[in-house]
Amino acid sequence: MTSGILRTTSRLLKPLLLIFSIIVLLRGPNAPGGGFVGGLLAAAAFALQAISTDVASARRGLHVSPQVLMGAGLALATLSGTVGLLAGRPFLTAQSVAIALPWGGELRLGTALAFDASVYLVVLGAVALIILTLAEE
Amino acid sequence: MGVLLTLPILIPLFTAALCLLAWRWWRVQRVLGLVSAFALLCAAAALLYRVRTEGIQAVQIGAWPAPYGISLVADLFSAMMVMITGILGAAVAVYSAGSLDKARQSFGYYPLYHVLLMGVCGAFLTGDIFNLYVWFEVMLMASFVLLALGGGQGQIEGALKYVTLNLMASSVFLAAVGLLYSVAGTLNMADLARKLRHAPEPGIVTVLAMLFLVAFGTKAATFPLFFWLPASYHTPPVAVSAIFAGLLTKVGVYALIRVFTLIFVRDDVYVHTLILVIAGLTMVTGVLGAIAQNEFRRLLSFHIVSQIGYMIMGLALFTPLGLAGSVLFIIHNILAKSNLFLVSGLAQRFGGTFDLKKLGGLYEEHPALAVLFLVPALSLAGLPPFVGFFAKLLLIKAGLEAGSYVIVAVALGVSLLTLFSMMKIWTEVFWKPAPQRHPAVRRRAGAGLWASTASLAALTLALGIAAGPAFDLSRDAAAQLVNPQSYIDAVSRAHR
Repeated sequence: MTSGILRTTSRLLKPLLLIFSIIVLLRGPNAPGGGFVGGLLAAAAFALQAISTDVASARRGLHVSPQVLMGAGLALATLSGTVGLLAGRPFLTAQSVAIALPWGGELRLGTALAFDASVYLVVLGAVALIILTLAEE
Repeated sequence: MGVLLTLPILIPLFTAALCLLAWRWWRVQRVLGLVSAFALLCAAAALLYRVRTEGIQAVQIGAWPAPYGISLVADLFSAMMVMITGILGAAVAVYSAGSLDKARQSFGYYPLYHVLLMGVCGAFLTGDIFNLYVWFEVMLMASFVLLALGGGQGQIEGALKYVTLNLMASSVFLAAVGLLYSVAGTLNMADLARKLRHAPEPGIVTVLAMLFLVAFGTKAATFPLFFWLPASYHTPPVAVSAIFAGLLTKVGVYALIRVFTLIFVRDDVYVHTLILVIAGLTMVTGVLGAIAQNEFRRLLSFHIVSQIGYMIMGLALFTPLGLAGSVLFIIHNILAKSNLFLVSGLAQRFGGTFDLKKLGGLYEEHPALAVLFLVPALSLAGLPPFVGFFAKLLLIKAGLEAGSYVIVAVALGVSLLTLFSMMKIWTEVFWKPAPQRHPAVRRRAGAGLWASTASLAALTLALGIAAGPAFDLSRDAAAQLVNPQSYIDAVSRAHR
């Protein structure tokens, strides 16, 4: 009962949504955006796939089960918080290093981004789990 | 520095994450769960030792200074509660590994169990009232799924009642937090304590105190908002009801004691009389409800309610001795109550049912189980030499010193009725001749089931014999509660 128009557009939309979700995630530490919105966008991409084709293909598209995504996210969150502890500061204290780039400027990598990425994974996992389970009913 | 305070939250969190990663291998989850439960126990013991030797510990999460960031604070009371959570968490983890069916174990029991422990520890450690709300929600969500997991109609029905009532209490709690913020402009509990001492409008503060009383009173299952508890606690597997019975309502009691000793202390006469009346009514209704019950776990559930009355009786008296009694009583009750639920599980295993009328003869068949029942049961009824006796003694003495003779009389009367109830279980389950058994019942139980049940009973006995040190600890915890300045000071010097 899926329509051809929806199927074709969603094939185009899904990669766009995923790329956009990553951009939103990477903006997170310094600008509006972040893991939560990014995770929702990514989940929307898989929801679109589930609606336009079928649930099984959306599950295959995720590659791992939603539970594993949530677990990976939670583990990453814990670890990113622990970096602060290892540096002798309280849990979740943001730590970052600046890497000088060869073409000038610097790249700042920190636990804030790792924490955002963990939120991304947990939100993607949780929403995908809910949507895919409901869609299968 | 600050690591010890974070560990009781970090360990269960990381375990839950690993269990989710190992979603398909429930045996791996089981091993992880057991290891982590004992790690939590060790971390809790280390925290208690640190607080005992070096005083109140506080840390600012993410190094954001108070009152803007979230404080984690462990005074003696918090540390003792985390310790007892660790003990119970380990005991029930062992019990559930040996008693739960495969379907539940492979469908998320372990991650949820550790999320529940994380919520409980977080609630005990947080120094921020909104954060307390968050931990309550973490706990509620995990407990709701644990309650409903793998269930038939009875379990779902119990879970619905449980979640509806608890969500209502949560919304009252949240509304109260919002109003409190608009009055005081802060959510940090130590900061609130300082600001509300000189609040311009004491009337509003009293109204807020009442809202918190309703919210935490529902969570703690006090009169008249207790009915969700006996409607739901007898439905899930025994391991789940044991951990619920031990910990969940006590988090509500903890929150009551925390806010009414730290934040709402101005208006003590009016509020504390009200709490005293609630305490008395809770004791009486709980124990009267229990008399009519013939289902093992339903009967115990009503006793949970009744015992909550004793815990808030010490709070209502608001003397150092009364609070010491409350603290010791909570510790004793968590041990004894969970122990009784674990015994009910073993009795059901051997007798094939939870129905007291259909059980019987277990004294003859399993004398060890009879002993394991008698220890917590007599402690609950308040007989020496168990710790329950000493906890009740402190409360009664505090009541007499405060001149509240009515509540003392009620407490003593309810003790007798509790004894009566426990003896009813004794005669029905253990003493009367064994009825015709269903041929399918099991004759044996794994070593883990026995060990976890026995270790809780041994602790009840040990705390009774070492009543001196236990009393010292509770007295010092109460001294910190009565004098909130030390708590406030600790937060202002918190590690960043």
